[in-house]
Amino acid sequence: METNQYLDVFIDESVEHLETMSDNLLELEKNPEEKSIIEGIFRAAHTIKGMSATMGYQDLADLTHNLENVFDGIRYDKIKVEPDMMDVLFDTLDQLNAMVEDISSGGDGKRDVSTQIKKLASIEKGEPFTDVTSNNGENDAEQADVGNLSLDEFELAILNESAERGFNNFEVEVQLSEKCLLKGARVFMVFEVLEQMGEVIKSNPPVSELEEENFDYSFNVIFVTQQSEDEVVQKIKKVSEVSEVNVKEIAQGNYEDYQEKDSADVEQQAIQEQTSSEQAPTQQSNGSNQARRKTIRVNIDRLDVLMNLFEELVIDRGRLEQISTDLNNVDLTETVERMSRVSGDLQDIILNMRMVPIDSVFNRFPRMIRQLARELDKEIGIDIIGADTELDRTVIDEIGDPLVHLIRNAIDHGIESPADRVTKGKPSKGTITLKAYQGGNYVFIEISDDGAGINRERVLNKALENNVVTSEEAKHLTDQEVYELILESGFSTADSISGVSGRGVGLDVVKNTIQKLGGNITIDATPDKGSIFSIQLPLTLSIISALLVEIKDEKFAIPLASIIETVILHKDDILSAHNKKVIDFRGNIVPLAFLHSIFDVPDYEADSDYISVVIVKKGDRMSGLVVGSFIGQQEVVLKPLGNYLKDVPAISGATILGDGQVALIIDSNSLIR
Amino acid sequence: MPYEESTLNLKKFIVFEIADEEFAIPVEKVGAIERLESITRVPQTEKFVKGVINLRGVVIPVIDLRTRFGLETKSYDESTRIIIIHLDETEVGLIVDQANDVIDISEDSIEPAPEVVDEIDIDYISGVIKIDKRLLIMIDLHRVLSIENPSEYTNTEG
Repeated sequence: METNQYLDVFIDESVEHLETMSDNLLELEKNPEEKSIIEGIFRAAHTIKGMSATMGYQDLADLTHNLENVFDGIRYDKIKVEPDMMDVLFDTLDQLNAMVEDISSGGDGKRDVSTQIKKLASIEKGEPFTDVTSNNGENDAEQADVGNLSLDEFELAILNESAERGFNNFEVEVQLSEKCLLKGARVFMVFEVLEQMGEVIKSNPPVSELEEENFDYSFNVIFVTQQSEDEVVQKIKKVSEVSEVNVKEIAQGNYEDYQEKDSADVEQQAIQEQTSSEQAPTQQSNGSNQARRKTIRVNIDRLDVLMNLFEELVIDRGRLEQISTDLNNVDLTETVERMSRVSGDLQDIILNMRMVPIDSVFNRFPRMIRQLARELDKEIGIDIIGADTELDRTVIDEIGDPLVHLIRNAIDHGIESPADRVTKGKPSKGTITLKAYQGGNYVFIEISDDGAGINRERVLNKALENNVVTSEEAKHLTDQEVYELILESGFSTADSISGVSGRGVGLDVVKNTIQKLGGNITIDATPDKGSIFSIQLPLTLSIISALLVEIKDEKFAIPLASIIETVILHKDDILSAHNKKVIDFRGNIVPLAFLHSIFDVPDYEADSDYISVVIVKKGDRMSGLVVGSFIGQQEVVLKPLGNYLKDVPAISGATILGDGQVALIIDSNSLIR
Repeated sequence: MPYEESTLNLKKFIVFEIADEEFAIPVEKVGAIERLESITRVPQTEKFVKGVINLRGVVIPVIDLRTRFGLETKSYDESTRIIIIHLDETEVGLIVDQANDVIDISEDSIEPAPEVVDEIDIDYISGVIKIDKRLLIMIDLHRVLSIENPSEYTNTEG
């Protein structure tokens, strides 16, 4: 069977089911009795087992099989959920994740799972009323591997289906000549012949054993093919040193023989019990599948292509708008306006399609926090608010690592040890809150903890020590500005390297990533009450509303989202404070940034008594960008400047205007100090 | 041209001119040769980075090779061309005086660079090719694009 085309689907679905499992496991820890959770895990394990067996990932299938057994026990109250069991279950999940990850990165998904299987088996047998008790865990695992051509229900399902489609199901016994020296090679050749004719469902001994020549001179395979019995025999006999080939047809309805053939095998019995008991939940899940059928899976590459095409359309739209204004033809103008509206709606839809709930990032944190808390002997709970907030996929892909970093930081440096917390009169269990919400064109993510807060003095001393600030600057810094020093490169407060945070990589990586995404991060903290890291991210990265401005003959775009207001002031309104030009904007002193001097615009002359100022904000801080003149608002497509010009100060990218010219997009955040 | 025997060793090169000197770059590195279009200046970059252009919807930085080589600047005219080159993951346009030739060069005819070729620093040269009376200078594109130490360039009189 050509499985490649199913691989993507397999990976997608496995990841999905593993996530479900992970969520449910965490829930299970809180509500060990809740049947719907147990059902959820059982179903997920069951599905993964089936898929991986079909795809030929034996280790994955074996492990999920055992996991499934455990949950089968749990759901029939044979096994009780114990806290120490959870670790084994989480470990199992880790291993499953690792295998799926391996497969998705092109590996073969092989992994030594025998120890984990043993652990699961011992959970399973830990109960007096299961007949598994007679068997010890080790045997259990091995027998599952060796089994005498006994079939599990998935293999049975394949046989059933192939019979329905008119394929022949054969049991083939191949006897190699006793003089054969390279048994492994012959086996390989036989398999090659078989794979050309059809598909091997199962072999005894298993293929890995055969490859290592761990068999006498004969082996059996169950084989599905369209060829006749004779052809199969003939073709296999062409392989040299094959002395005998016996092909026996497996008649439909006779599979049970195969299943019962090895009734001594307890493992097998467990499966049988399941087969009968499974029907109900399977149907149930079918039902819920039906309800979800209203969505389709689309390869993300296609969405990217769609986005790229649409971006070109937006550029042309800009151009058309300009042409129609120039020509001033009523019909043309109307058509163009209509087209602009339609493409505006289209834009919303396309951007929406790329939105992913932030849950896909958040959902890994509960486990991470749980694990880190154990490592550090702290008691930490997690609260997630707004996990359904949506963000552009590109942002989602990038934001995971910074969040991990911040959470590690909060666990390591924020939350105190239980003893300390009790002394401070706080509950011994700390809480980390992850909160996401949308506001305008931005999504905000807050990571707060009820820990120790940030020690201003310690941060300042450290910053001075590492030359992040000068002692002169240090005097004027507000608390917030001091806290934000921990995000500067060259700063790291980890007094001791704990292995959790502080691996020499500072939080500056976090700041850089977030700024690269067009967002920013602010920190607030109260001693002994906790700290809040707030991240502001743009909803989407590719098409933004911007204000076009002109300085001399050069055009620049300023993202609308960071603009508070535009004002035109008389020169006399400019004040001086600390050698800086400032203005009084609605009672706030706002420093001015003269873009013509920052950008060295050639031959710039202020030719009037009035100045045009764009007031921009970053968190609570504001700045006035002095430009030549305002042109107007426009939707622009964000384009990178290319690899060659990676880090141009104060410029976050470029866009192509209606007339084909390139305008640079100003990164106003970097102009606010 | 007799292709029969030596086709295997022949490589195509784009030939362009700066300050009456002829240069060559392998054709596979060249994406396109464009007439000069309006360039948007990018502030706070190296002096030889003239800015960015819009090449069919893609924003591409352009470098003035005269400035890069430390030669005197010349105002752009009708024959000025931008050669778009691809190097690894980077796309850059090179502004040259003119570009109007593609030639086949046998790899054997490439010689190591002499110490100094006119005013251009040897660092940027990966070899020279002599054909009849022409001398083509092969440019080391990696060097030309590297932003490291552009100021260390020394102008050696030849």
